[in-house]
Amino acid sequence: MRFYEYEAKVLLGRQGVPLPKGSNAKTPEEAEQVAGQIGGSLVLKSQVLTGGRMKAGGIKFATSPQEARKEAAGILALAINGQKPRSVLVEGRAAVRQEFYVGVIYDALAKRPLLILSDMGGIDIEEVAERHPEHIARLHLSTLVPFQDYQAKEVISNLGITGNRLTRMTPILARLVRLFLQYNLTLAEINPLAELEDGSFLCLDCHLDMEEEARDRHARLLQELGIGRDESRQARPPTPFEVRGAQVDAIDTRGVAGRVVEFDGDLGLIIGAGGGSLTLLDAVRKHGGRPANYCEIGGNPSVRKASELTKLVLSKPGVEKIAVMMNVVSNTRVDMMARGVIKGVIESGYDPKEKIAIFRIPGSWEDEGFKILRKYGVEYVDRTVSLDEAARRAVVKMGRR
Amino acid sequence: MAMFVRVEVAPSVASQPELARKLVEVCPVDIFAQNPDRTVRIVEENLDECVLCDLCSQAFPPGTVRVIKLYE
Repeated sequence: MRFYEYEAKVLLGRQGVPLPKGSNAKTPEEAEQVAGQIGGSLVLKSQVLTGGRMKAGGIKFATSPQEARKEAAGILALAINGQKPRSVLVEGRAAVRQEFYVGVIYDALAKRPLLILSDMGGIDIEEVAERHPEHIARLHLSTLVPFQDYQAKEVISNLGITGNRLTRMTPILARLVRLFLQYNLTLAEINPLAELEDGSFLCLDCHLDMEEEARDRHARLLQELGIGRDESRQARPPTPFEVRGAQVDAIDTRGVAGRVVEFDGDLGLIIGAGGGSLTLLDAVRKHGGRPANYCEIGGNPSVRKASELTKLVLSKPGVEKIAVMMNVVSNTRVDMMARGVIKGVIESGYDPKEKIAIFRIPGSWEDEGFKILRKYGVEYVDRTVSLDEAARRAVVKMGRR
Repeated sequence: MAMFVRVEVAPSVASQPELARKLVEVCPVDIFAQNPDRTVRIVEENLDECVLCDLCSQAFPPGTVRVIKLYE
């Protein structure tokens, strides 16, 4: 879940990270008022959940409240990557001596957070990593042992930074790390962290993403920031297909049958269980399949939910067959899933044995589930067939290999 | 229309308000409801949600409440 820049700066400010003087404005009039309070040279930034603001004209500069009002009106009317701005952030413009990049990401391979610092800020860190790897310092962090300031110092000094700069940067890095850990963030980035002419540091721009599953844990914080439970906060707005997926999941409280993401393939996926969704999506692609969607099933959804999800996937133009595949499950009953999927296929007007490329859900009540599948002539496999092999067989049924 | 499960309730149970209430109470997926006259009614759209827990059958004399799997 991505935060708008102005929200991210509220969090960073609470943590003690130095920020430019500024405020969020929803109208050109508010922007003019804020600009009057700040005075001097100003920067106005479109508040959208997408990158490329500068190139798109979403960041402007002004030297007076009147100019700020005019620029704010332009920014508020400008959609960037299809997104209308929520507001405009008005801040004082600082004279910068050098720009740095500071980021904390979750390194999925190392299964640990990773602190990254570069003395080449203001540009994409990926570009710096590729072209100037000597300008990047990294440190893997523990999620169990509290972060210590000396660890930040080590990272900074690895770039040859010493003296006052080292002293001033240390708390900023440490606070960013603590923010990342405290709020279950998946990304906490300050870019650029600016060193000003007087030697002080300011966070000029930032990007915070919170783990979607952590929203309930931080409900109070999100409420304080005015973030509603219904705000998806994804990088792009959900498609009508994805919105309907969320509606299916909301039919009742039993289990999960939703989290749908739309793709343009022809093989519908009814997948899930213990990380199975991502694995299976990758497996289908590895074998040359073209998934029509991603979804997540688990926690024993009702027959109705499984059925409605199946109908939704089958209603997608271009979907020729569906593959029903899950990890070995202990908390989702195979027979209930079999009922839901078959019901969904039949109510969509199709023959289950033609439409279901493969059914691979082993686990609790599988004997009962297999009886149902047998009755409708659906090919099913048990746990002796791996997820990878099941995905391959589904792709073969599509005539791809 | 239910595709996987059918439930039969003997008239001796279905017509008794107290027994009907008991049926409504034991079912975890709301397959039973009470009519305005307090006799039992089977909620057709919930039949396929039956989790085969057998609580309804066990709560009454043998043979009076039967859960039939339509796929066997």
